[in-house]
Amino acid sequence: MIRNEPAVAVVPQEPPPERVRRQVPGAVLSGGVLLLVLAAWQAVVRVFDVPEVLVPAPTEVLASLVAGLADGSLVEHSWVTLQEILVGFGIAVLAALLCAFLVTQSRVLDKALFPLIVMTQTIPKVAMAPLLVVWFGTELTSKVLTTALIAFFPLLINAILGLRSADPDQIDMLRSFGATRMDVLRRLQIPSALPHIFAGLDVAVVLSVTGAIVAEFVGATAGLGYVIQATNFTLDVSRTFAVLVILSAIGLALHAIVVVCNRKIVFWSAEHRTPTEQA
Amino acid sequence: MDEAPRAGTTGTAVAPADLAVELRHVHKRYTPRRSRRAPSQVVDALHDVSLSVARGEFVSIVGPSGCGKSTLLKVLSGLTPRTAGEVDFGGGTRLGTVFQQPLLLPWRTVTQNLLISHDINRRLAEHEARERAGAMLTMLGLGEFADRYPGELSGGMQQRVGIGRALMHDPEILLMDEPFGALDAMTRDQMGMDLLKIWERDRKTVLFVTHSIPESVLLSDRVVVMTPRPGRIADIIDVDLPRPRGLENINTPEFGAIVRRIRVLLNSENSAH
Ligand SMILES: Nc1ncnc2c1ncn2[C@@H]1O[C@H](COP(=O)(O)OP(=O)(O)O)[C@@H](O)[C@H]1O
Ligand SMILES: [Mg+2]
Repeated sequence: MIRNEPAVAVVPQEPPPERVRRQVPGAVLSGGVLLLVLAAWQAVVRVFDVPEVLVPAPTEVLASLVAGLADGSLVEHSWVTLQEILVGFGIAVLAALLCAFLVTQSRVLDKALFPLIVMTQTIPKVAMAPLLVVWFGTELTSKVLTTALIAFFPLLINAILGLRSADPDQIDMLRSFGATRMDVLRRLQIPSALPHIFAGLDVAVVLSVTGAIVAEFVGATAGLGYVIQATNFTLDVSRTFAVLVILSAIGLALHAIVVVCNRKIVFWSAEHRTPTEQA
Repeated sequence: MDEAPRAGTTGTAVAPADLAVELRHVHKRYTPRRSRRAPSQVVDALHDVSLSVARGEFVSIVGPSGCGKSTLLKVLSGLTPRTAGEVDFGGGTRLGTVFQQPLLLPWRTVTQNLLISHDINRRLAEHEARERAGAMLTMLGLGEFADRYPGELSGGMQQRVGIGRALMHDPEILLMDEPFGALDAMTRDQMGMDLLKIWERDRKTVLFVTHSIPESVLLSDRVVVMTPRPGRIADIIDVDLPRPRGLENINTPEFGAIVRRIRVLLNSENSAH
């Protein structure tokens, strides 16, 4: 199938009249739903006069957010948490790719490590956060390590699966031209792994946000997780919600970066490969 | 030297100078790694296979599924080691393989896919290789698809690229494992004719596996008929139809006679097991 061919050509008869209707873009739809929910929330809080220390109205959250950003306190804490997320995520990516490479290239390492990796999957990694704080203190290090630990495993598993996902017939094809193991790795296994690696990155990037916040809960003097705990203590619930807004913004932004990179780098899988039976 | 000397059915009659490849008493046994305890898992895929192919000859291999056709090609190309016997390449060992699936790399453009053997071997200068790829695409009728990705091509076009990729390697022997098996009948006939044209132009040695008897007769100088369990050569049939051949040959009585002969051979061998 040539890409620009109209999809109608495949349908033999029955012109589908309903399908022709213009579709509302998904972003507009979900944006609308979000606005509706916020409006309903605002109305409920106002109508039933819910106290601010229980559930603040969206407008109060917004006011707190703007105030916090204006006086720089939320900006500072966000920066602390963002650093933890990015450094921890970066370490997780490098470590996971390196381990995946070793496990897939060496039969001995594979046999020795893969069962252990699968077993450690079952340990809740957040449970390690208090230990890491004891070992590494309440500064950046313990947060970065908790974040890295949580993001590491989904990345590792996906990278291993990805590096193993190369079609054996494709490997034969390359070998028939005299490809060495290095050629096969570089020209086939790594590109074949990329879609899986990006799936892992997407999971891991969201988990890194969780990791940083959990680590800050356990023991911190700065960061958005610290702010959540502090404002909980002082019953400044509007500020707690404001932090949640910032956290979802960070999560969304990181997710969006992964999605865009995925689309740019793994362009071929977005293209929906044509089945080969078709002549 | 238009007529390559024909090998006899014993496969030993080719003069050494004209030999493309000779197999002598080749055996191949698959022994799955995991099941030493279950000897029934052992498969004798090739049993005492002897065959010699002259340079420039077009030889087809037919036989029921599982009789070892793919194994025979893999033993030749070294993708799988043989258990016993000898393989002797007279004309050179550069082989090009065409598989049943096009096996194009979806992240490479059509041109880049053709250049994969160049990227691995670097036998030519970059510009020479690119020129060759361009000429190849023109010959395959895919000139305007040079910079497209495989996902944008039909199955037939993709398989053309697969054939071109093997030819880019400038092989002494072209190994083709049911290359048109995944295509519809009309595309298949067309591709067969195109392949004949290419072959008549550069007279590469071709070993062509197919499950279509008419296709094997139409294309080949000789047809190797194989039988399964254990995979061995039942007979080798000479196809002495004049060349150049075309699809109209299929309706001639001579053609029908050879097809029938092979079919009878396959049926008798099948019912004997
Ligand atoms: N890698 C393998 N391991 C074990 N058995 C195999 C392997 N490849 C092929 N076989 C077996 O060898 C026999 C011949 O296979 P193959 O050469 O693929 O046959 P064909 O191409 O004629 O259909 C079959 O019985 C098949 O199951
Ligand atoms: Mg086969």
